[in-house]
Amino acid sequence: MNALELTLIRIGFLAVLWLFVIAAVGVVRTDLFGQVSHRRRAGAPARRPAPEPTPAASRPPRSARATPQHLLVTAGALAGTSLGLTEQQITIGRADDATLVLDDDYASTRHARLFPQDGQWLVEDLGSTNGTYLDRQKVTAPTPVPIGVPIRIGKTVLELRR
Amino acid sequence: MTVAADANRPVAMPRGRRRTELVMLAFAVAVVLLAYAAVGLGLRGKLPGLPADLVAFAALMVVAHLAIRRFAPHADPLLLPLAALLNGLGIVMIYRLQESGRNGNPGLQVTDMSTSATTTQLLYTGVGVAVLVAVLVLIREVRVLQRYTYTLGAVGLVLLAIPAMLPASHSVVNGAKVWIIFGSGFSVEPGEFARLALAVFFAGYLVSKRDVLALAGRRVLGVVLPRARDLGPVLIAWAASLLILIFETDIGTSALFFGMFVVMLYIATQRTSWLLIGVTLFVAGSWLTALAVPHVMERFTVWLHPFAGSNATGIAYQPVQALEGLAFGGLFGTGLGQGQPYHTPLVQSDFIFSAFGEELGLVGVMALLLVFGLLVQRGLRAAVAVPDPFSKLLIGGLSFVLALQIFVIVGGVSGLIPLTGITTPFLSQGGSSLVASWILVALLVRVSDTARGPAPQPIQDEGMTQVVRAG
Repeated sequence: MNALELTLIRIGFLAVLWLFVIAAVGVVRTDLFGQVSHRRRAGAPARRPAPEPTPAASRPPRSARATPQHLLVTAGALAGTSLGLTEQQITIGRADDATLVLDDDYASTRHARLFPQDGQWLVEDLGSTNGTYLDRQKVTAPTPVPIGVPIRIGKTVLELRR
Repeated sequence: MTVAADANRPVAMPRGRRRTELVMLAFAVAVVLLAYAAVGLGLRGKLPGLPADLVAFAALMVVAHLAIRRFAPHADPLLLPLAALLNGLGIVMIYRLQESGRNGNPGLQVTDMSTSATTTQLLYTGVGVAVLVAVLVLIREVRVLQRYTYTLGAVGLVLLAIPAMLPASHSVVNGAKVWIIFGSGFSVEPGEFARLALAVFFAGYLVSKRDVLALAGRRVLGVVLPRARDLGPVLIAWAASLLILIFETDIGTSALFFGMFVVMLYIATQRTSWLLIGVTLFVAGSWLTALAVPHVMERFTVWLHPFAGSNATGIAYQPVQALEGLAFGGLFGTGLGQGQPYHTPLVQSDFIFSAFGEELGLVGVMALLLVFGLLVQRGLRAAVAVPDPFSKLLIGGLSFVLALQIFVIVGGVSGLIPLTGITTPFLSQGGSSLVASWILVALLVRVSDTARGPAPQPIQDEGMTQVVRAG
C-alpha cells in the first residue's frame, strides 16, 4: 500500500461522508417542498379541474372555491402546527380525544368542530363557554370557512390553507 | 399550482417515507463499512476480512428499520440513518483504537481500554436497538408519559443522587463521582437516564404551570422579568444542578441538567427573560463553585492556561494531547488508522472527537457535526409539528439538550469552553450513553410519527354535543 493510494482512500472517504450529508439534506429538502408538490400536481386535476392561483388579497367567495388542504394554527401555544384535511371532521377542544387538543384556559372541553360539506368546510361551535369567532363574527350556526380567514378559539387562531 | 406557490406556505410533511429511510440506512452502513476498510488499510496496509461485528451491526440496523416500518410507519426517514451512521463510525473508531493498542506495541495501549471494547460496544448497540423497539411497541403516543410526570421526576432525582450517596469505591471513575460500579467491571452512568426521566418531568410540570410562569412582572432595561414569586422552580433547578456540581464534581451533567430546564421553561413560556436569568444563574453558580471546589477551579486553569508552566505535561496533559491531535489532523486529517490518537488518555470516551479530528481532519468533523445538527433539526421539526403541547415540550427540550451536549463536549475538547467530562452521543465508548441515545432516537421517531401521521380519529363519534336543560 503506497502513500498515493492511502491519500486517495483518505480523500475518498471524506468525499463519501460529505455525499451522505448532502443526501440527507436532500431528504430534508424533499420533505419541505419536493414530494408534496409532485403528489399535489398529480392528484389535483382529479379533484378540482381548474385550480386557479388565488392572490392573497382576493375576496372570500373567490378563494372559497378552492379546496383547502391544511388547517394551520397561526397563534397560541400550538402556533406552527398543521393538520392535513381529510374527509373526517376535526374536533377542537381541551378533551384528550379531540383532533386538535388545545391547552388553553379560554377553550372548552369540546369547543368547536370543523367538517366538510358539499365541498366546503364549515365551522360549528359546540356550545362553548367563550364562543368561537370567524374573523370578528361570533359563530352561532354552522358557517362556511373561507381560506385564510382566522378562526379564533380562546387564545388560539386557526386558518384553512391550501 | 406552481412549485413556487407551494414554497410560500407551510406544507404538511409527506407521509410514510420508509423506502427513503432504507436507502439512507444502506448508505450509512456503506459509509461505516468503508471506514472499516480504510482503518484496516491504514493500520496494516491490507484490506481486512468482513468481520462478524459489522455484519451484526448491519443486521441490527435492519431490525430497527423493520420495527419502525411496523410500529411507526409515518416517522421521519432521516432519524435512523443519522443515528446509525454516528453509532457505526463510533464502533469503527473504537475498533481502530483497540487494534492500534494491540498492534505489537504494548506501549501504545489506550488507557482503560479492554481488548474486547468493539464487541462490548456492539453489544450495547444491540441493547440500544432492543430498547428502541421496546419503546416503539410500548409507547404508542408520547403524551401517555405525561401521566408519569411526578413518578419519572422522582426516578430521575434518585438516579442523579445515587452516585453522590455511594462510597467512592463504588462511584468514582477518573475523578467524576457519577457512576454506579457493580463490580466485575460492569458500571452504569445513571445520569444519562436521569436526563431523559427529568425531561419528562419538566415537560409535564411546565405544561401545567406555564400560564403562571408566563405572567409578566416588572420591566428592567427593556426586558420583562417574571414575577419574583415565580422564580421558585428555576431556583430549585439551579440549586439541584449546583449540588450535582459540588457532590459529583461533574460540570457537564450539571450544565446539561440546568440548561435543559431553562430551555424548556423558555419554550413553554416564550419569555426571553428566563434565558437571561438562567445564563446569569449558571455563570454565577459555576464561578462561585470554582472558587470553593479545587477540582472545578483546576478545570478553569486548564482551559485558560493549558501550555503555561508545567501544565502541558501535568494537569493539562490530556487536553493538550487532544489539541495536538486536532492540529496534527489539519484540514483533511491523517487518514483513518494513520494518526496517533492513542497518545490522548481516555481517547475512546470523552475525547473521541479529537480522534476523529486527527484522522478525518476539519473536513471530516464538520461533516460529523452536520450529521448531529441534522438529527437535532429533525427533532425540533417534529416538536414544531406535533399537536399536543406535552410532546412538543419534551421533544423540543430533548433535541436542545442533544445539541447542548455536543456543544459542551466538542467545545471542551477543542478548547472553546472549559472541558467537562461528558460523552459524545453515539460516538463515545460506553453503554449507558449509547442506550440513552437510542431511547432519545426512539422518542423522536415516535413523536415524528405522531406529527406526520394522519390526524387521530375521535375515540367515538358522538356527533353534535347535546344541550341538556334542567327542568
